Amino acid sequence: MIPARRGRSAARRREAAAGWLMSAPVIVVLVVFLVAPILMAAWVSISDWTGIGSPFSSGVHNVGLANYKALLSTSGLPQQQLGESLRNNLYYVILVVPLQTALALGLALIVSRKRLAGRGFFRTAYYFPSITSSVAVSILFLYIFGTTGVVNALISNVGLHGPNWFNDPDGILHLLLSGLGVTHAPSALADHGFLGQPWWEWLAGPSVAMIAIIALAIWTTSGTFMLIFLPAIYAIPADLEEAATMDGANAWQRFRSVTLPMLRPTLFLVLTLGLISTWQVFDQIYLMSQGNPAGTTLTPAYLAYVTSFGNQQWGQGAAIAFILFAIIVVLTIAQRLIISDRRDTA
Amino acid sequence: MRRRRLWKRGLMYLVLALFAVIYIYPFLLDVGTAFKTDADATAHPLSPVPSHWVLAAFSELGQQDFPRWLMNSVIVAVFVTAGRVLFDSMAGYALARLRFRGRGALFSAIIAVMAVPGVVLLIPTFLILKQLGVYNTYPGLVLPLLTDAAGVFIMRQFFLSVHPSIEEAARIDGAGIFRTYWSVVLPMARPALLTLTILSFQGSWNNFSMVLVAHQSPSLDTLTTGVGRLVSGQLGAGTQYPLQLAAAMAMTVPVAIVFFVFQKYIMRTGEGAVKE
Repeated sequence: MIPARRGRSAARRREAAAGWLMSAPVIVVLVVFLVAPILMAAWVSISDWTGIGSPFSSGVHNVGLANYKALLSTSGLPQQQLGESLRNNLYYVILVVPLQTALALGLALIVSRKRLAGRGFFRTAYYFPSITSSVAVSILFLYIFGTTGVVNALISNVGLHGPNWFNDPDGILHLLLSGLGVTHAPSALADHGFLGQPWWEWLAGPSVAMIAIIALAIWTTSGTFMLIFLPAIYAIPADLEEAATMDGANAWQRFRSVTLPMLRPTLFLVLTLGLISTWQVFDQIYLMSQGNPAGTTLTPAYLAYVTSFGNQQWGQGAAIAFILFAIIVVLTIAQRLIISDRRDTA
Repeated sequence: MRRRRLWKRGLMYLVLALFAVIYIYPFLLDVGTAFKTDADATAHPLSPVPSHWVLAAFSELGQQDFPRWLMNSVIVAVFVTAGRVLFDSMAGYALARLRFRGRGALFSAIIAVMAVPGVVLLIPTFLILKQLGVYNTYPGLVLPLLTDAAGVFIMRQFFLSVHPSIEEAARIDGAGIFRTYWSVVLPMARPALLTLTILSFQGSWNNFSMVLVAHQSPSLDTLTTGVGRLVSGQLGAGTQYPLQLAAAMAMTVPVAIVFFVFQKYIMRTGEGAVKE
């Protein structure tokens, strides 16, 4: 008995060693290129490093929360820019997430039909933008929304004059209000504000330029999410829908009371993924607008980048990155709480 | 009743076709405009057919550093894909099959890593590359992307879904853990490895932001950052639409080929679950 047990425990030890050995490359890369860099950036965000030499050299000092205070509580340009970028990104999220989710779900519901001619073609068509790089798609949309581009050509076909998309900083809610005759901010909204921006500016809506970037985001990602919805739709038992039909439910009622509840976990996944990725919009801003016109396409991710790499204010740039990190974490948790809450009461 | 149904069906196809046009027509315009003159591109934005075909955009691309960007993209994509397929599958196998103390904690840590937003890592990645002395080098472009938590997760789920009987037979025959992994497990895991290969290739080929913060000298530009320079006007290109669109088209061709070759495979995610 004893030799057998010893043999078994030796095998156990060999298995444990093999387990760690096989996981080692992944562990090393994740520690060196994820954990260590984040700790390093955390240090930089509370330091006065200017990008010269190592951030650990003796000339670099701990400035406490000064960088965070300059962004969050001291009025000045950093706070103004952060406020502006948060507003822009907020409108981007509010428009992109629901629209891409609804579009993805709608397309998935249609292309999942068993008797649909050209099903494969439609799926490929909708998914193709998802595989192209942000650079190629940005070029395409700069052309499409250019002054003499496709969209303006279509608009002029119906006798209207298209905007100068990427040079138009006007917020669409402001444009709407000025259409109704409101051209000046009520003093209550102009004199008070948050994060260095008057409330009137917070209520500007996405700028015309941002609308073009929002269109790009919806166009590119709806196919990806359509593909996530498809298996979930196929997993809905067919007899459930049949039963609902027998009970006399029409298409909309079937969707509301059978399809949608069954898709709830997937819907949650898609909304979460959408929320996380839309708060990170960077490539398109860098490539298409660099935050222009008039700062109306500035986003926190791009602001962090230019503050560090452009202005060499590394402490402040890193602080913006951590603020963005916090926003994403808090929103993801909040969304999870809200949705699980609803499920409990339902 | 029947006429109403027919009418409904027609409407559905109309909507589908309209969306297909919205999703596909921009690419047709891209290809067509790449062969146009600058003036033609501005004058006839809606037509995908050039009034006369010119190759000016492509010869201009040849004079830019396009061939070099292409080579760098290939280097990055090959190393990143090879690294991910090997390392992610090894870790995925260990986490699914091998019993060792700390396995649960390790898996939780990898899931936590998946939740870190990539864009938050731009400044940190630059900092660590500088610190390690590999900023502005090929290893600096490749190393940060060499493994990914999502790939480990995919492989682990795959190994959990296949029955361990074949491996157990191999082990009883006296093969060691690594032998079993290499000659029994890996060949069996081909479908999952293929998924991982496609995702890794596409992800590294299309990566812009990580490449951007990992280098400075133009000789290390990949297609994404090189063509990106064309757009942001750093090469004085301004709005030469045919040139930019030709570049966009050329850099999309490799991923498009991979997509169409493995299309059945990629799109099958949905079909797999069909109950008929």
